[in-house]
Amino acid sequence: MRLGHGGFAVAALAVVGAGYLLTLAIDNEYYFFAGYVVLQFVVLATAWNILGGYAGYVNFGSAGFFAAGAYTTIALLKLGELPIYLVVPAAGLVAGMIGLATGYLALRLRGVYFAIATLALAVVLETLIANWDFVGGASGTFVLRPKSVPLFDSYVTFLFWLMLVLAAFAVFAARLIERSRLGRGLAAIRDDEVAAECMGVPTLRLKLLATTISGALMGLAGAPFPYYVTYIDPPSAFSLEIAVNAVAMPMIGGPGTWFGPVIGAVLLATLQQAATVTISSELNLLIVGVMLVVFVIAAPGGIVGLGRTLLARMRRR
Amino acid sequence: MVDLLLGAIVSGLLLGGFYAAVTLGLTLVFGYLNIVNIAHPAFVILGAYLTFALHGSWGIDPIAAGVMLTPLFFALGVAIHAVYHASFEARGADSLRGLAFFFGLMFIIEVGLILQFGVDYRLVAAPYIGATIELASVIVPLRMLIPFLVAVALVAGLHLFLTRTFFGRAIRAVAQDPVALQLVAVDPVRVKRIAFGLAVATACLAGALLIIIGPVEPSLGRSYIGRVFAIVVLGGMGSVAGTLAAALILGLAESLTATFYGPSWSPAVVFGFLLLALAARPAGLVSR
Repeated sequence: MRLGHGGFAVAALAVVGAGYLLTLAIDNEYYFFAGYVVLQFVVLATAWNILGGYAGYVNFGSAGFFAAGAYTTIALLKLGELPIYLVVPAAGLVAGMIGLATGYLALRLRGVYFAIATLALAVVLETLIANWDFVGGASGTFVLRPKSVPLFDSYVTFLFWLMLVLAAFAVFAARLIERSRLGRGLAAIRDDEVAAECMGVPTLRLKLLATTISGALMGLAGAPFPYYVTYIDPPSAFSLEIAVNAVAMPMIGGPGTWFGPVIGAVLLATLQQAATVTISSELNLLIVGVMLVVFVIAAPGGIVGLGRTLLARMRRR
Repeated sequence: MVDLLLGAIVSGLLLGGFYAAVTLGLTLVFGYLNIVNIAHPAFVILGAYLTFALHGSWGIDPIAAGVMLTPLFFALGVAIHAVYHASFEARGADSLRGLAFFFGLMFIIEVGLILQFGVDYRLVAAPYIGATIELASVIVPLRMLIPFLVAVALVAGLHLFLTRTFFGRAIRAVAQDPVALQLVAVDPVRVKRIAFGLAVATACLAGALLIIIGPVEPSLGRSYIGRVFAIVVLGGMGSVAGTLAAALILGLAESLTATFYGPSWSPAVVFGFLLLALAARPAGLVSR
């Protein structure tokens, strides 16, 4: 029943391959347009979970890391026509460095203070970007998509597939972390940081690793965003939607497990994509906010936690 | 040059006084009750919008409207604490979930305001908005001076309440030793609930001041989160006088930066301030 890492990697690659076949089989581009957003939130929720779910350090500034990735893409495109295969890892690198810097903040800050600092960090990053004219400043900037990509019908299907690759990578990395020394160390930090330190867990090094990986994955999620929207300005990159969903999806899906964020992201993002057609996007966010509050109060383990209790109850009978 | 400096100092102090009014509620809940209410600035914005609505419908003076709204906000605070206590405090749940709870509340308020009022800036009119007086060669706009005076009155009132009345002392006691409070037949949960209600009530008055100072839009609250927490922490976590002092320092720092380096650098000052505040108390809640 337990899949090894090699087996899981094969499964992830199979999903990526199946995704490519889908882009050839389905003609309606809308599905990929919507699917991209769902997958983007799978990456974001998984990235948040690495720090928030495993280590118990709440990051409210997810939109800041996402935008750092998106604006790295913009900055590189302004410098020269670089291929997207180089731009995306670079965006991950930049966001990872910001994550590392935030991690050094965590060196001195514990718990709630860290959360408050990340909130403020996102505001400051937004101010910096809005004042940086090279990347468009407050008025934003346009991005030209390449006319065609080899092997793909359209650029949207290519972006969908790219995000699928990133999502598979993020989930694989999260699962790897969860079942490694790093994951167990982070869990020890979450449960009792002082005790963990006394037992010889290198808390600082683990926290730095977690903030860097989490930040880098969020940057990866943001990197293709300028290509997807073709016009980007600070409010769209640092959007409310990303900030609230990055926290709500893992919390609702089940924090601290690799599949919780996947369930939360797929469920909530699909619902939101379906609902934006019928209701306004603000109402959508309101529903997410209410769901977050309800789940935090009534089902702290999220959907995964609910499922586990249900299973345990059935076994007892 | 001297005039410019003097002007920056005066407006910084006035701004700082207003910041104290915005922060007081958080000093109560974060400093005394250990509740990390990151939704506090959102309550301030909610207060500003309800002031706007009262002012727009019946032409009520913004400050009077703010005062009229305090019972409503008090009740709201009491209700929120009841939910918070039953779901997190009583169960001994970790602060992570409490944080997520207030984060969710913050978004519900912000998005609710967007749905109801839209994303445009809203403002109110009053005889003292737009008028100025001249104090020792410095021109002082009344829209800054009046909020400052109300804020100082609020600070003084809260300080007297906390030090002179039985109930105020009970609030300070609940931070230190809830069990001892029970021994003298005071219910600590009730004390906390009322203190939380009071804190939210100060938010609506601060909201009225906010919309007097300038136009308001729903996401404005987020830029106040860094400010208010920096002030609470730097003010010594649960000291009303410290809150006022820290708020005045922050107001001065922001005003001087805006005057001499340009207003776009103000958020950087806030962030530096927050880091300084956090570095000064790295151990955080546990050390108290």
